[in-house]
Amino acid sequence: MRWIWIDKFIEFEPGRRAVAVKNVTMAEEHLHDHFPGYPIMPASLMIEGMAQTSGILVGQARNFEEKVILAKVVKAEFHEIVRPGDQLLLEAVIDNIAPEAATISGVIRCEDRLVAEISLMFSHIDKNLAGMEFPEENFVFNAQFMTLLKCYLPSDTPGT
Amino acid sequence: MSMSHDEIFEKVKENLVDALSVDDDEVTDEATLMGDLGAESIDFLDIVFRLEKAFDIKIPREELFPAENLLNNAEYVSDGKLTSAGLAKLKESMPHVDFSGFESDPDINKISDLFTVRAIVNYIESKVITA
Repeated sequence: MRWIWIDKFIEFEPGRRAVAVKNVTMAEEHLHDHFPGYPIMPASLMIEGMAQTSGILVGQARNFEEKVILAKVVKAEFHEIVRPGDQLLLEAVIDNIAPEAATISGVIRCEDRLVAEISLMFSHIDKNLAGMEFPEENFVFNAQFMTLLKCYLPSDTPGT
Repeated sequence: MSMSHDEIFEKVKENLVDALSVDDDEVTDEATLMGDLGAESIDFLDIVFRLEKAFDIKIPREELFPAENLLNNAEYVSDGKLTSAGLAKLKESMPHVDFSGFESDPDINKISDLFTVRAIVNYIESKVITA
């Protein structure tokens, strides 16, 4: 299993906004346990999907030079359950980006229904945790994450 | 922008309630951010971001919550307490803070108690009036 909870980007406006798609499927093993006979996507993984969507957006805004770490879940409200076969649209907007941190607001929709509202704060850790040493290489944006952005084609946008 | 003390307090309160997920009535003048309202280090940045937006001001880092740099300086800290030079420096960099009480025992572990809701309101007040 790979820890990637979005399938692709369909919109990417550098430094501002991104929209990713996640298709939920019974091929995901955890859905057989969450819950037996009643598969629904765990809310925690929706937060992770939003963290990945917006983390890449925030990272790209600084040319992936910062180590962008999820520091705070400011808000996470869930309005609907998500089941196998559902297609989620995860939309993240940067509210604020500064040398040491960034905040985003996100919404998750399924068709036209509001599934979740998630606001997150990221820390650029090299600029924050004074005195702590981190590895030189950017371990946050590994090859798997970078592939997501490489695979982005503006023509994937629905209706274009 | 001209705002009354009460207007500033209400707006600061609103932002602290959102940033720290605390109840309205917990945000009093004397409440300390860390001790009473449970703020952690990352929350301070969140609060700074929110206040900048809410009051349309720029808050230079190390102005509202300046203690960290000072504590890394050996000249200012001795035996877990601020030296008189350190205390003078801290007072100079935090004119919005009430030091009575802290002065008699400047234990560095008590520095976090200086960050009260009132200190933030005072700071914002100095900013919006001089702006």
